[in-house]
Amino acid sequence: MAFDVPDGLRYAESHEWIERRDDRFRVGITDFAQDELGDIVFVDLPAEGETVTAEAAFGVVESIKAVSDLYTPVTGTVVTTNDRLSSEPELVNEEPFGDGWLVELTSDDDLEHLLGPEGYRAQI
Amino acid sequence: MPPRKPALYQLHSAAGADFTDFGGWEMPVEFDGIREEHTAVRERAGVFDVSHMSEVSVSGPDATALMNRLTTNDVGELDAGDAQYACVLDERGVILDDTVVYCYPDRDGYLFVPNAGHGEQMTDRWRTYAADLGLTVDVENRTDEFGLLALQGPSAVETVDAVATDDLAGVGRFESVRTDVAGVSCLVARTGYTGEDGFEIFFDAADAERLWSAFEGVQPCGLGARDTLRLEAGLLLSGQDFHPEEEPRTPLEAGLEFVVDFSTRFVGRSPLCEQREAGVDERVVGLRVEGRGIARHGYTVCHDGEAVGHVTSGTMSPTFNMPLAIGYVKTPFTDPGTNVDVQVRDRAVDATVVDKRFLESLERGQREAQ
Repeated sequence: MAFDVPDGLRYAESHEWIERRDDRFRVGITDFAQDELGDIVFVDLPAEGETVTAEAAFGVVESIKAVSDLYTPVTGTVVTTNDRLSSEPELVNEEPFGDGWLVELTSDDDLEHLLGPEGYRAQI
Repeated sequence: MPPRKPALYQLHSAAGADFTDFGGWEMPVEFDGIREEHTAVRERAGVFDVSHMSEVSVSGPDATALMNRLTTNDVGELDAGDAQYACVLDERGVILDDTVVYCYPDRDGYLFVPNAGHGEQMTDRWRTYAADLGLTVDVENRTDEFGLLALQGPSAVETVDAVATDDLAGVGRFESVRTDVAGVSCLVARTGYTGEDGFEIFFDAADAERLWSAFEGVQPCGLGARDTLRLEAGLLLSGQDFHPEEEPRTPLEAGLEFVVDFSTRFVGRSPLCEQREAGVDERVVGLRVEGRGIARHGYTVCHDGEAVGHVTSGTMSPTFNMPLAIGYVKTPFTDPGTNVDVQVRDRAVDATVVDKRFLESLERGQREAQ
């Protein structure tokens, strides 16, 4: 199966994507990750203002068949979380790169250490 | 040992299935999503390849005596074609496996269906007991010869009936017939593991593709949906809701006393009689989880901060759109309506004890409100 791997994003080996949006970064999980998990039913995200650390678990996504930790690709502070996911967790399945995004962060990290689309495609 | 592949593996793979190793078999876990497959079975019909299940045939003059010694129910009650659910116990009264016993419709003897990976163990057990008891029987592990499909859902009966030679609508629950389906000679039984009406169809594994393709257009379903469907129906999963070492349970603890016929002399009977006299310390319950989080296998169940049991199976119910679970709790906490909580990772999530036959015990209004 061919998975969507949009250009213009950076990717973590743990299947999260990150996108620079002006002064902040938006983070979600990839199409491959949502497909592996199947029907997502709960998403637990950190509170706004919380500090998250690169490569440490910052939340949990739960599907019918599995529980999976979420990892942020960068260290930073949570600016906002995707409120829609509390009532519509299926958005992560339907639009993992769109309305199914997870959190937005501010961070001083750069994204150079992360995979580009080509590198991530080669991994999955 | 690498996992075995069912005869339909290539077809499933081409259909885009994800696979999982289950009981030593590499079986489809999902074709189009658990929720979609689950809903198809509740509303219309789904087809499952369950060829990983084991099949053991028992025939000969002492077949009935041996079956009654090694299963908890009374096969003497079965007429030709009848099927019966039963447990297989060890000498402690602990469940080794559960099984459906079919009294062949067209020949002497029985076919019973242990769970995946249990065929050889059960065959050995049957032969050992036959030898020790001096019984004349022929016991054969037929798992390699058989394919098994399950057609389940409100329209499953008419779906199978449409491609069968004989009329199947008259086959009652827990009855079976031999008939041709799509030109293949099959043992067709009105049994299943989803809480829905339907058939399980046994056939020569060499005919698997022919039979599977006869149900093109029916939603293919994997083991993921099979698990959510059986859980909503309150049906236990061997190896998970009971297991001789990891989760040793008697039929009384597992709520399976309805398949125990104490008038027969089955192995495990006397410890079970003692337990019946003394009462059980823990018993299976259903749990309706009120908070956010799925109560999964191994999670602790608490009451007022004290551990009173644990979860053996849990999922997000696609029918009721709430997390449901099956587990064992200490007897004082088994009454429906008892408030407990389940430790989900670092949180305590509220839950209520309910009859584990969720399809019947949860209010119909809840189902319709979704």
